[in-house]
Amino acid sequence: MQIAAAFLLFTAFTLKQDNLQKLAAVDVKGLDGKIINTGSFSNNGKPIVVSFWATWCAPCKKELNEIAEVYEEWQKETGVKVIAVSIDDARNSPKVKPYVEQQEWTYEVYLDENQDFKRAMNVNNVPHTFVLNGNNEVTWQTNVYNPNGGVEDIYKHVKEAAAAAEKK
Amino acid sequence: MKKFLVLIPVALSGIFCDLHAQIPGMGNGQIHGNFQIDAQYYNPDSAIGAPAVPEKALSNGFGNLIYTNGKFMAGIRYEHYLNVMQGFPVDYKGTGIPYRFATYNNDGLEITVGSSYDQFGSGIVYRAFEDRGLGYDNALDGARVRFTKVKGLAIKGIWGKQRTFFTSSPGIVRGIDGEINLNTLLGHKMDSCKTTFIIGGNFVSRYQIDQNPLLDMPQNVGAWSARMNIIRPKLNLFGEWGYKINDPTLGNNYIYKPGTALFVSATYATKGLGIMVAAKQIDNFGFRSDRDAAGNTAIINYLPALTKQHTYQLAAYYPYATQPNGEISWQAEIGYKFKKGTALGGKYGTSLTLNYSQAHGLDSTELHDEATTALGYETNLFGLGALYFQDVNIEVFKKFSPKFKGTFLTGVLQYNKNVIEGKIGYPIIMTHYAVFDLIFKLNDKLTFRTDLEHMYAKEDFGSWGMALAELTIGEHFFAAAMDQYNYGNKHEELRIHYVNAQAGYYWGTNRIVVGYGKQRAGIFCVGGVCRFVPASNGFTISMTSSF
Repeated sequence: MQIAAAFLLFTAFTLKQDNLQKLAAVDVKGLDGKIINTGSFSNNGKPIVVSFWATWCAPCKKELNEIAEVYEEWQKETGVKVIAVSIDDARNSPKVKPYVEQQEWTYEVYLDENQDFKRAMNVNNVPHTFVLNGNNEVTWQTNVYNPNGGVEDIYKHVKEAAAAAEKK
Repeated sequence: MKKFLVLIPVALSGIFCDLHAQIPGMGNGQIHGNFQIDAQYYNPDSAIGAPAVPEKALSNGFGNLIYTNGKFMAGIRYEHYLNVMQGFPVDYKGTGIPYRFATYNNDGLEITVGSSYDQFGSGIVYRAFEDRGLGYDNALDGARVRFTKVKGLAIKGIWGKQRTFFTSSPGIVRGIDGEINLNTLLGHKMDSCKTTFIIGGNFVSRYQIDQNPLLDMPQNVGAWSARMNIIRPKLNLFGEWGYKINDPTLGNNYIYKPGTALFVSATYATKGLGIMVAAKQIDNFGFRSDRDAAGNTAIINYLPALTKQHTYQLAAYYPYATQPNGEISWQAEIGYKFKKGTALGGKYGTSLTLNYSQAHGLDSTELHDEATTALGYETNLFGLGALYFQDVNIEVFKKFSPKFKGTFLTGVLQYNKNVIEGKIGYPIIMTHYAVFDLIFKLNDKLTFRTDLEHMYAKEDFGSWGMALAELTIGEHFFAAAMDQYNYGNKHEELRIHYVNAQAGYYWGTNRIVVGYGKQRAGIFCVGGVCRFVPASNGFTISMTSSF
C-alpha cells in the first residue's frame, strides 16, 4: 500500500516534467580542499562533460586517458570542459591527485567521497558519463566504456550540444 | 491505509494544480531514477561445493526514484530479495521501501528527514554509506542538518537509527561535525597564501539500553576525532586522530579499554609524477550502534584498508580488510609517466606504478590481574605485532600503437588467513601473481581483449591460471568467456576448471548481461567492506537502467 501511495505521489508531481534532466546540486570537494556545489558548475554557456570514475576502475581510466589525448582539440573546436568526478572513498581518495598528475590530465577534478553526487545523478556503476548543454542540462549519457568508438560517440554529442548553444 | 488516504489529496493537488507556481523559489519538478535486477538459476555442484538451492532460482533488485524541484529533493528506493541471492546477507528478506528521504536546502541551511548517507572527515568515527553490490547499507534513518551559511565554515548534525536490512539497529546515533577552511573564512587576507589550512572535528554518541545481566554496560558511548589538512599546489598533508570511550562489545570480547585511531597521509604530485604515503594505527576502534552485532551490520564508522584495491581476479584473490580490534599499517605508491619520445616512453608514453603496503597486529600484552583484566590488554605504542598482510607490486600501462595497448601487473603478497578470515592453523600464505591485460582494436567495429593471469599460492589451494577472451562488437554488444583453473591443487579431484561465459547488450543507459557457468568461491570487497560469496554453478541475468 505504501508503495502505491509513493508512486501515485511521484506520478502526480511529474506530469509537468521537463524534457531535459538538470544537473543535481550537491556538494563535492575540489582537489584544493574547497567544497563546491555541483549546481555552480559552469562553462560560460558551452558544453560540459561530467564523467564519474574511480582510481580502481580500469574502464573509467581507459576512457579518461583516451579523452586526454584529444582534449585540447575538443576544447579548440567546441570549448567543452571535462569534469572528472572521482567516487573513491577515504581508502583511495588520497591517490586521486597523484594519479591525475601522473596522467597529466587537465580536467577539473572533484571528489565525491560518500557518493552524494553519484546518487543524485542516479549513477549505478562507474564509468558513467553525462554530456551537458550550456544550461547544465543532460543532453546525453552513457554507462559503459565502449572501446569501439565510445569516446568519439561522446564527442559527437558534445558537438551537437555546442551547435545547439550557438544557434541560441 | 490511513497514510494512503492522506496522500491521495496531496497527489491529486499535484495533478490538477500548478504546484510549481505556488511554491516560491522552485523551478519545475523532475523525476529520475535507476533500476537493477539480478537473478540466478543454481545448479547444485558438489565438486565445487555449490549447494542445492531449494527455490532453484533467486533474485535481488532495486529501483531508485528521485524527485527534484529547485531546492527540494525527495526520493525512495524499493528493494526486493526473493529470496536473497547466495553470498548476500541472509537477513535481507522479502520486499520493501527501506530508503526514503526529503531534503530542502534553504539558503545555507539544508534539512533532510528520513534516510541519509554522510561521513564526517575521513569517516573513522562516522560514515553512513551503501554498496548495493555487496548488500551493505547502513543509512541513517532520522534527521540530518547541514549549515553552510558562513563561507569557509561547514557544520553537520545527524540524529537517527541505523538501517539493518529491513529494520533498524537498537542504538540511537547522534553526532555533530564542523569543518573550517581558514583561507575561505578569512577571505582577502589569505589571498596571497598558497597554502590552504582546513581543520575539523566531530563528536558522535551512541545510546543503547543496558540489559546485560552480568556486565555493567555504558549506555552512552562517545567517540570523537580531530583532523587537519594542509594543501599546497603540489603537496597535501592530512591527519585525523580519533578516540572512543570504553565500549564493551561482542567484537572486542566485552573489554572496557578505550579505543584510538590515527590516520595520516601525504601526497606529492607534479606533472607526470605522483607519490602517496599513508599510515594508520587502529586500537580497539570498532564502533557499532548495536554492541552485540556481528558481521557487516550496525557499523557506525569506516576504517579503510591501506592496500591497493585490485580489480584483476587473481590479484584480488586475497583481499585485506582493516582489523578494527587492532592494526598498524602503511602504504606507499609512486606513479610515473615516461614521456613520449623517450627510451622507456616510446611513441605514446608509458605509465608505471609501484605500490607497497603492509599491515601488522598491535604489539600487546594481555592483562590478567584482577584490577585491570576488564581492560583486556595493553598496547606497546611503538611495537609491531604479527604480520597480517603485505603486498608489493608493479603495474605498467603501455600503448604500443593506436590498435594495441596493454597493462602488466605483477606482485608478491603475504596473507594471514587465520586473522583475516578467522581460521586456525594456516601458515602465512605467500602468493606471486602476474597479469597480462591486452587490448587489440581489430577494426572500427571490433575490439578484442584478453586477460591472462597466474597465481602461485602453495600454502593454500596451490596454483591458479586464468584466461579471459572478450569481444566487443560495434556499439552495443559484448561477449566474453573465461576459465579459471586451479591446476596446482594438492588434491587432484579439486583441480577444477571454472568456466564461465557472458554476453551483454547495451543501448543508451540500459544494459542486459546474461551468463552461464561456474563461479569460484571468494571474498569480494569494495571500499572497506568484504563479503564471502560461495561457489555457484548456473545461469545469471542482470539488468540495469537509469533515466
